[in-house]
Amino acid sequence: MYGYAGRVLHIDLTTGKTHVEPLNEDYAKKYIGGIGLGMRLWLDHAKAGVEPFSPENPLILATGPISGTVWPTGGNGHAFISKSPQSYGVGESKSHGSFGTELKRAGYDAVIFKGKAEKPVYVWIDDDSVQLLDASHLMGKSPTETEDAIREELGDYYIRVAAIGPAGEKLVRIACIINDKTRAAGRTGMGAVMGSKNLKAIAVRGTHDITVAKPEEFMEFVKEFHERMKGPATQKYRTLGTPENVLVHNSLSCMPTRNYTNSRFEAAEKVSGETLNERFVAKIIGCSSCAMRCEHVCVVPEGPYKGATTRMEYEPLWAMGPYCGIDRLDAIIKGMDLCNYYGIDAISAGVIVGFAMDCYENGILTEKDLDGIDARFGNHEALLKLIEKMGKRDGIGDILAEGVKIAGEKIGKGAEKLAQHIKGVEVTGYDLRCLKTAALGFAVSFRGADHNRHGAYAFDVKGKVNRLVAEKGRGKMVKDIEDIYTIIDSMIICKFSRGTYYKEAEDLAKLYTLVTGFETTPEEIRRSGERINNLARLFNIREGLGRKDDTLPYKVMHHPITDEGPSKGAYVSQAELDLLLDDYYMARGWNRDGVPTIEKLKELGMEDLVHIVEEKTKKAEE
Amino acid sequence: MVKVHERKFVTADPDKCVGCQVCEYICSFEKEKAFNPLKSRIRVVRLNPLVNVSIACRLCEDPPCVAACPRDALTPSEKTGIIMVDEDKCNGCGWCIEACDYGAIMIHPERKVVFVCDLCKDKGEPQCVKWCPEEALDLVTSDVLAQKARIAATKKLFQEALKII
Repeated sequence: MYGYAGRVLHIDLTTGKTHVEPLNEDYAKKYIGGIGLGMRLWLDHAKAGVEPFSPENPLILATGPISGTVWPTGGNGHAFISKSPQSYGVGESKSHGSFGTELKRAGYDAVIFKGKAEKPVYVWIDDDSVQLLDASHLMGKSPTETEDAIREELGDYYIRVAAIGPAGEKLVRIACIINDKTRAAGRTGMGAVMGSKNLKAIAVRGTHDITVAKPEEFMEFVKEFHERMKGPATQKYRTLGTPENVLVHNSLSCMPTRNYTNSRFEAAEKVSGETLNERFVAKIIGCSSCAMRCEHVCVVPEGPYKGATTRMEYEPLWAMGPYCGIDRLDAIIKGMDLCNYYGIDAISAGVIVGFAMDCYENGILTEKDLDGIDARFGNHEALLKLIEKMGKRDGIGDILAEGVKIAGEKIGKGAEKLAQHIKGVEVTGYDLRCLKTAALGFAVSFRGADHNRHGAYAFDVKGKVNRLVAEKGRGKMVKDIEDIYTIIDSMIICKFSRGTYYKEAEDLAKLYTLVTGFETTPEEIRRSGERINNLARLFNIREGLGRKDDTLPYKVMHHPITDEGPSKGAYVSQAELDLLLDDYYMARGWNRDGVPTIEKLKELGMEDLVHIVEEKTKKAEE
Repeated sequence: MVKVHERKFVTADPDKCVGCQVCEYICSFEKEKAFNPLKSRIRVVRLNPLVNVSIACRLCEDPPCVAACPRDALTPSEKTGIIMVDEDKCNGCGWCIEACDYGAIMIHPERKVVFVCDLCKDKGEPQCVKWCPEEALDLVTSDVLAQKARIAATKKLFQEALKII
């Protein structure tokens, strides 16, 4: 096979036994790789209704067919897939850097981790040799410390490592898996699943060649994309970076502030991308094989947080900044640095702190409840203390570490209404009250609240539709862009490069064909995108999610925007949400409950999964 | 033998290098028709996110690798200074690797003899330089490197004056 390694590695952590199976070529063609392949494998290897922290819940690590090549932004990706301890449905998160390319060279398209090790271990994948090694001395270490220690003890400084931090060990539900020190598979709690298996890290060395089916044409295409990546489609990422969004969103009054109390932040200038770049960005670096580079490495040069170093993007900046009412970039950088140290998703961490602050301001949590922390909005010291407590599951941190949904239920007294999440996953930096295409995208996202499953905010923010109106037609828009996004996450190319695929499906199909040698048309690749969205839906249906879960956070539906400006008064009513959902389900060929029809599944060549729908219908009839 | 200041080698500007490894992929593809950094004659070092640089053979004036080889397997080209490896003589002992201060000569993972940057002499120009998306790589003589450093230092010294101009 070209592009694909053609092999899947199975690791049973309970018995310590490993074996290799050939990659199912039918799966490869239908589900591409990355999250598509990962979710399909998960369904084969997990029983319905499995508990996320049970040894029976497999954790799947997958690369894409492009991983390992020089394809710009595509050579380096990997994905983790499992049942999420936040949504109890699809858990999936991608990361870039240099880890995925190494795993591909070691000869694997996917690794399936099952069971639970008796004692903490790390896995050392050295091409064909796979060993479980003692990790007791690594416990409590940050992902970066773990990477350094493993490289030192295995005696090779080019080994790539993906590791959890102390938070993953303690099953903090927002724990992430970090590779190459700064890159995180952040969302949906994959680090907690890894921790539940007593698996501290995955170390990889791969020495095999990666070849593509049509090398000359492929290199011509690479050259063309190197040129495209110097052009306007990537300019934002190469210059100010995603923090450019701070002032853009603020001007549109669509930046959730103080846990959705406001939709704009009066101190936005102080935490803008412009200020960040002027004062803190020390260097912009790139992932393996990238031709655009985006990673803005920030260093705090002076003051109480001097020396704090981290990559920074809009989402974590927003979450730990405006969402908590905090206007100090040095504290936000320190907060991000702490999240990387403990190994927690910085978006969710910021949103949880914003939630705790809202509870405090409303008298639901007192200073005593918060272990003496004065959690006013805007108190940057409280932000850092609460992140540490979450990372350690210490005091109030033990409750907050459950994520806003479960924490809200535990705290009670109305805290549930302040918990801004979808399917248990914390919101991201788009005020859904005044971005109604995005609201639909977020509501139906199969991994819970997230902008990266659809990018539907672009229609709203760029003024391609009236963002304040919910109307028919949005369903098809969301569906079409979702289908492209699942292709991106299954090939595993970087979303920041999506603008360089001028012809979208046509470019993606050509890339897939040149790499794998499987002749693919734009229509077929689009159908794969659609198939993978249906697959994710079936995953969620099998695990008990449905229309009731395709909803929006409480404040989005009950607290109209109060700030003066273009979005004043906006919110999403139940009637609007229903209209949007009906429209979307229809565009998808699903029934009114959001269940794929058997005809649709057959049309997509998913006969083998029809039983999920049949069982669901049977249950409903009983 | 060619005079040292005419010798050109591949060097990376550490201010521009972002550690993307494109040079490694391009090198291995050019030389071995496969993507595999282990077969690249140029290698990236990332000490931490801020410190990135690619390193290839510096074509030293008096190459210590050549001097270290007990089997006379390495010879500097008289014309260009490129280190030529006699693969029949090399037994992969690695003394040249120890002698090189830059880690620029390595043992090939399959052929088990050393390999080193040859400036893509068959192609007429180093392909890594051509492909580097950051334009961080350059084919230069040591004289040009010194010139660049002098110009940069002078620009810094006269930055106020240059603003007025």
